[in-house]
Amino acid sequence: MKYVCTICGWVYDPAEGDPDGGIAPGTKFEDIPEDWECPVCGAGKDDFEPEE
Amino acid sequence: MRPVEIKEGVHWIGVVDWNCRNFHGYARSANGTTYNAFYIEDEKKVLVDTVSKGSESQFLCSLAHLTKPEEIDYIVVNHLEPDHAGCLEKMVELCKPEKIFVSVMGGKNIATFFDSKDWPVHVVKPGEEVSIGKRTLRFYETRMLHWPDNMFTYCPEDKLLFTSDAFGQNIAASERWVDEMSKEMVADHMQQYYANIITPYSSKVIKTLETFAGLNLDVDMICPDHGLMFRGDDCAFALEKYMEFAKQEPKNKATLFYDTMWSSTERMISAVASGLVSEGISVKVMSVKANHHSDIMSEVFDSAAVVIGSPTHNNGILPGMADALTYVKGLRPQGKIGAAVGSFGWSGECVKILNEWLEKMGCDIIEPQIKAKNRPNHDTLKECFQLGVTIAAAIKAKTAK
Repeated sequence: MKYVCTICGWVYDPAEGDPDGGIAPGTKFEDIPEDWECPVCGAGKDDFEPEE
Repeated sequence: MRPVEIKEGVHWIGVVDWNCRNFHGYARSANGTTYNAFYIEDEKKVLVDTVSKGSESQFLCSLAHLTKPEEIDYIVVNHLEPDHAGCLEKMVELCKPEKIFVSVMGGKNIATFFDSKDWPVHVVKPGEEVSIGKRTLRFYETRMLHWPDNMFTYCPEDKLLFTSDAFGQNIAASERWVDEMSKEMVADHMQQYYANIITPYSSKVIKTLETFAGLNLDVDMICPDHGLMFRGDDCAFALEKYMEFAKQEPKNKATLFYDTMWSSTERMISAVASGLVSEGISVKVMSVKANHHSDIMSEVFDSAAVVIGSPTHNNGILPGMADALTYVKGLRPQGKIGAAVGSFGWSGECVKILNEWLEKMGCDIIEPQIKAKNRPNHDTLKECFQLGVTIAAAIKAKTAK
């Protein structure tokens, strides 16, 4: 499941992860640490929603 | 205009754009705007932001009263958008600066605006400081107020906060300070600016304001990049207003916007408005033909309810409504009550489509959705009036919370 940032629209794709933010490819959104931030706008994890 | 010394050795060197009527190509700026930039004279000479490209000659003329460009050591780029960094390329060429300070996201994006590979770009971490002699400049990341690269620059010695787009207003004036003009007028322009530029990032605004409150910075001057500046007690006023805007608390007000071909939808909207007014709700009734989409958004922003109307046209809605809805939905106003009405000649998809827009905007939708074939008759208009009464009850329940 991909997750979209409700602030800037950046999409978290588990297959790609967020290597710059220390999230390895293959990491499920649920397994990302709570203090992780959107790499584009700095939004918190709670600002993300499942992509429809 | 000539430079204005705002603190000893710190000068406003902005440009007043008296004729700007279309801010950034999408929002109305009926009172023009300003592009504020600043020059700090210290052991290091610092330029804080620039102005839009078309204002280059006025900017250089203003700066010439204070220094020669080649004397400038540092350039601070609080935001890369072309109304603030429009003269950056020219200034880098003229100043040959020792350093150009940008935020982390500014560092990632600067090369997508400029051929900056040979520029002395210095990416600052949040909270990083640089000494410029008697003064210090401290940089704070303020992502999404309103682009990812935005940052604030703070000078503790002068208690000065340069805030780029945050707290801005589209006002062209010879005055430079909020306390020189009507505060009510300034608040109205701040709200218009916020509604049309900052609304989607309201949750970030709240977090940023909370973070800054926690820092306990001593601030007695807030200098945004557009419009008037705040000093003394007005700094608290600016912060309070932004927290109020960011919370998007609805007023006892409904905005009804619509398009119409032969006045059927217009009459239906008018009947809904009458129902609302009969229950003591303040209404703004706005034809999309008579009102720019950004003026509609400015009214939607603090309304508890939006009522939208369009006739069916080519199995869809009228293009003026599509424009207004695309714009308003894009700004993601939160927590609205929504209702839709419309007329039709044969197929009648309008209300279904309008309703889909309201759903996408996350509105609490009030039923019934009312459609009229060709012309609304007396019963249909009574139904519209009653819809207004029903919406009014929902508004009262919402604003009472």
